Amino acid sequence: MSDRPAPVARAGDAPGPSAGNPPVLRAEGLVKTHYGEGAPAHAVRGVDLSVRRGEFVAVTGPSGAGKSTLLHLLGGLQRPDSGSIWLDGACADGYSEARWAVERRKRIGIVFQFFNLVSNLSVADNVELPALLAGVAPRRARTERAELLAELGLAGKERSMPGELSGGEQQRVALARALVNHPPLLLADEPAGSLDSKGTREVMRLLSRFHQRGQTIVLVTHDARLASAADRVISFFDGRIADDAALDGTPPRAAGISGVLELRD
Amino acid sequence: MRLPLLALLARGPAHGYELKQDLEQMLGSAYPQPNVGQIYVTLGRLEKSGLIEGEDVEQSSRPNKKVYHLTDAGRAALRAWFEEPEDEPRVRDEFFMKLALAPRTGLADQISLINQQRRQYLNTMRSLSKLAAAENRDNRIAHLLIEGAMLHLQADLDWLERCQEELEELE
Repeated sequence: MSDRPAPVARAGDAPGPSAGNPPVLRAEGLVKTHYGEGAPAHAVRGVDLSVRRGEFVAVTGPSGAGKSTLLHLLGGLQRPDSGSIWLDGACADGYSEARWAVERRKRIGIVFQFFNLVSNLSVADNVELPALLAGVAPRRARTERAELLAELGLAGKERSMPGELSGGEQQRVALARALVNHPPLLLADEPAGSLDSKGTREVMRLLSRFHQRGQTIVLVTHDARLASAADRVISFFDGRIADDAALDGTPPRAAGISGVLELRD
Repeated sequence: MRLPLLALLARGPAHGYELKQDLEQMLGSAYPQPNVGQIYVTLGRLEKSGLIEGEDVEQSSRPNKKVYHLTDAGRAALRAWFEEPEDEPRVRDEFFMKLALAPRTGLADQISLINQQRRQYLNTMRSLSKLAAAENRDNRIAHLLIEGAMLHLQADLDWLERCQEELEELE
C-alpha cells in the first residue's frame, strides 16, 4: 500500500457531494516513515481519512501502530513524506511551519498525554495565552478563560501553577487551553494516558459533553473505554486503517449488554 | 439468583416484593432486573430445599403475603458461598474456535472475524459507557459492576489486538 502512486486531488473531488460543507478534515494517501537508528519505521503507510463536522472519531490500536504519528500529521506537528491534508476543504500541503502554527491556534486544538502546560505560568495564563496570541482582546480572553475553567470544574484554581494540580486537573486545564479559541477541530493524543481511572472517566465525560455540543473530535487512544465515547472507531494497525466502524451503542445481538452484566446463579 | 436472595434475607425476614426492591436499589440500572415472578419461583425452590421458611401474613385488604426467613441450613449455605472463591470468567470460547478453524474452511477470513468481533465489543462498551453515565453517581455498587464489565471487555479487546498483530504478520 505504501508504494502506490501519490494520490492526486481529482477535479471533481474537492467540492464533493456536500459542496459548501466540506469535511473538517480530510487526508489522502498519507505516508510517514521515521528514519532513526536501525531499520526505517513505517509509521503511517497510506491513510485516507475524512472527518465530518460534529463527528467524534477514535483511533485505536496497539502502541507502535503509528496512531500518534497519524495525529501529528493531521495537526501539522509533523509533515508527511507524501499525501495530502485538507482543513475545511482547503489544501494544507503548501503550509509553512508558521502557517500550521496559526492553524493550531485558531482551527485545531490539541491535547497531549503529558498536558504540555507551561510550567511557570499560572492556570489562568496558560489558558489565556493562546487566545491572546490569536489576537483576542485581553478582556475577552479573561471571560473565555473564566467560563471554560468554571465549566471544567476548575474555578478557584486560576492562580495555581500547573505543578500544584493533580494529573486530572492539569489535563482539564490543557483541554481549556485547547478549546479557548473555539477551534472547529479538537485533536487528542492519549489524553488519559497518564491518568488514573477516575481521571480517565473525567476526560471521557468532558469529551462527550463537548461533542454533544457539536465539537468535532479526533481522539487517539489505546483505551477502548475511552474510544467507546466516540461514535466512530478506527482500528489502526501497522500504519494502516484495519477497520472503520460506526458505533451506535446497540450491539447487533441482544446478548451484548445484558450478557456481560448477567450475574450468574 | 439463589444465593443473592439468601444474602438479602440474612439481615432479617422479608417478602418477595421487598427483595426485588432491595436488588433494584443496590444494583441500579446496571443489572437487568429479575422479574418478580422469577424471584417468587426461586423463593419457592429455596423453601423446598429447606434453606428458607415462609410464613403467611394476613393483610386486611389484600391476599396474604408470605414473609420468608433464613433457616440454619440457609445460613450455612450462605457461609459456604462466601468461603469459596469463584471460577474465572470464561476464557475465549466460540469466537476462539471460529478464529482457529476459519483458515481450514476457506469460508471466513481471520482478520474479518476479528474486526467483526471488535465491533460487537465496542458497541457493547459504548452501551456500558452510556449506562454508567445514566446511573446515579452515588451508587458505587452499580458503578463497580459496570466498570468490571468494561474492564473485561477491555481485556477482550486487547486480546483481539494481539490476535490481529500476530495474524497480520503471517499474511
